[in-house]
Amino acid sequence: MQRLATAFAIAMVLAFGAQAASAQTLKAVQDRGQLVCGGNGTLAGFGMPDPQGNWVGFDVDFCRAIAAAIFNDTKKVKFVPLTTANRFTALQSGEIDLLARNTTWTMSRDTTLGLDFAGVTYYDGQGFMVRKSLNVKSALELSDAAVCVQQGTTTELNLADYFRANRMSLKTVTFATANEAVRAYDTGRCDAYTTDASGLYGERLRLADPSAHIVLPEIISKEPLAPVVRQGDDTWEDLVRWTHEAMLNAEELGITQQNVDDMLKSNSPDVRRLLGAEGQFGQSIGLTNDWAYRIIKAVGNYGESFERNVGQGSPLKIARGLNALWTKGGLQYGLPVR
Amino acid sequence: MSKMLQLPLRSRQQWASIALQAALVVVIGGLAYGAFINAADNLAKAHIASGFRFWDNTAGFDISQTLIGYSPSTSTFGRAFWVGLLNTLLVASLGIVLATALGFTIGIARLSRNWLVARLAGGYVELIRNVPLLLQILFWYNAVLKSLPDLHSSISISGGAFLNNRGLFLPRPEFADKFDYVAAALVFGIVATLAVRIWARRRQERTGQPPRTLSFAFGLIVVLPLLVFFAAGAPLSFSFPEVGRFNIRGGTEILPEFAALLVALTIYTAAFIAEVVRAGILAVSQGQTEAAQALGLRSGSTLRLVVVPQAMRVIVPPLTSQYLNLIKNSSLAVAIGYPDLVQVFAGSVLNITGQAVEVIAITMAVYLFLSLVTSLLMNLYGRTVGIVER
Ligand SMILES: N[C@@H](CCC(=O)N[C@@H](CS)C(=O)NCC(=O)O)C(=O)O
Repeated sequence: MQRLATAFAIAMVLAFGAQAASAQTLKAVQDRGQLVCGGNGTLAGFGMPDPQGNWVGFDVDFCRAIAAAIFNDTKKVKFVPLTTANRFTALQSGEIDLLARNTTWTMSRDTTLGLDFAGVTYYDGQGFMVRKSLNVKSALELSDAAVCVQQGTTTELNLADYFRANRMSLKTVTFATANEAVRAYDTGRCDAYTTDASGLYGERLRLADPSAHIVLPEIISKEPLAPVVRQGDDTWEDLVRWTHEAMLNAEELGITQQNVDDMLKSNSPDVRRLLGAEGQFGQSIGLTNDWAYRIIKAVGNYGESFERNVGQGSPLKIARGLNALWTKGGLQYGLPVR
Repeated sequence: MSKMLQLPLRSRQQWASIALQAALVVVIGGLAYGAFINAADNLAKAHIASGFRFWDNTAGFDISQTLIGYSPSTSTFGRAFWVGLLNTLLVASLGIVLATALGFTIGIARLSRNWLVARLAGGYVELIRNVPLLLQILFWYNAVLKSLPDLHSSISISGGAFLNNRGLFLPRPEFADKFDYVAAALVFGIVATLAVRIWARRRQERTGQPPRTLSFAFGLIVVLPLLVFFAAGAPLSFSFPEVGRFNIRGGTEILPEFAALLVALTIYTAAFIAEVVRAGILAVSQGQTEAAQALGLRSGSTLRLVVVPQAMRVIVPPLTSQYLNLIKNSSLAVAIGYPDLVQVFAGSVLNITGQAVEVIAITMAVYLFLSLVTSLLMNLYGRTVGIVER
């Protein structure tokens, strides 16, 4: 009932509240002196408070990058932990300015929710985790298996599709939160747990004995994870999109948190445009021209954020894979700043 | 004042009151309409899809317990709604029956003259009603899951049933066509037994002699259908569950999520019902018991024939609110993944369609409807146990 009540409250705001002027997000954020960012809250590597209560993670860094671009201060962000169930409503109702919560960009979400996706920050895909003791080598052996899954996700739908397409029978046990699903899997209620592969690595760390579980090789879906904004505020959408592009361009150009001050003296036109030494790019998105300099100074380039949160510098040790730069065989491709 | 003057005055007041009420209805209707238009307008402005077209779209997600046919690939969101609703009704109605039985037992036990029994019942009530229900649900779920063995060390129960941490698996009865005769015989047996009971009651009222009807009832309800069953060539077979690689195949299964929720709801609500029953019994004056005993009734009969019927008048209204609580509390199912209405509809369907306003409105309407129907039925029942003025 409690969950229902929160959902109800948000639905009511949506239905009856006079809509806040929708094209004013940047101004609202500046006036408030703080960015309000919807995050995950329980997913290691992506968005979770550390023991001191500071939010850390890949999605969190993205919000901090935007705070750096606007305020030159990564602390001016308030994180709101959201479940799969209330994430979109929270954005629609104006409770948050931006949703950065391992959210898959799909056509139906893009076209029916009144929301827009602003660039793929992480190319992911859905995988399965099983106990080693089951001796399963492939997801195709899972016919008849009980699978724990979180509801309200693309995961839930892909799972049913995959089993149907491969003519396997399925016993799904669906939970409202990842916490509950993982706990049930850990107690043996299910043979397998399924979610985005990135999530599997994060959630595995929470199990009683992480080394007793393996991630199966099959990736059964495309999960382009993207930050989300309300539809109809193009300035804000530009700002969010170009924050990601700036971080990618920085990596492509070899600009890091360490060397960004030296790079200001570079005479490469690409570097100079990105860092604001040339052109009016910051102003065109409502900021000062050193916006990208601030981002890189505060959180580093795309690769640095990746490695620190989910890659080799983190307990997750996820390889760059699809998220390597296009020049290194991946899909991340910084759009030109010019 | 003369009578002539009074009448028009009264009717004038009546008219005024009718007009006022009509105006109120118009105002409320207008507000509701305005809210509706505003909502549609806001949603359209925000480019959010609205309306009920999603109802007939393919659901695409799987549900663990379905009382009616459901397949993720062909069933619609509307079908998923009914699946969830039926699961809510199943756990709520069983919960109401079991909680009532347990609650009455505990409530009466708490008034027992046996010190130990009364204290145990009292301890039960105090312990259970002071621990939040959500914790109790999680406790039962984890207690069930953790204490049961996994698939390969399933406890096998004689008769072909299995118990493990995936649930309780029972042989599923498969009825052949001729089983209809057996069912018909059973219905006949029950109706005939009721008729015999009515006849017996009448006779007792006339002669004071209670005729023995037990053997009649046994013959009609048990022996007769059994005879028909064998005469029809035993038209019943069972599909037995067998252990597969990951799970048990075949048979019917009772999910641990369902069991945990049902047990928790029953135990929790029973504690409140016990108090309602105790209060009801205490409200019947001691003189009634003494009078019954003076007539020579034994204490069991005194309770059954004299005290409880009078106590029911006091019990029914608060009992109704306990039933309503149980129905609403069943939505805590989301915490353990039992696919009730909230979990399936206000969970998966809401998230996949994104149509929060519509889905929440429907869900609230359903709970409102269930509550009103329950109240109505209980009020009707309350009238039958109310004092009949002679
Ligand atoms: N990318 C998928 C799934 C996202 C998702 O919610 N994943 C789960 C499992 S990794 C999660 O983050 N759960 C955390 C929580 O609910 O606390 C989607 O957008 O639907």
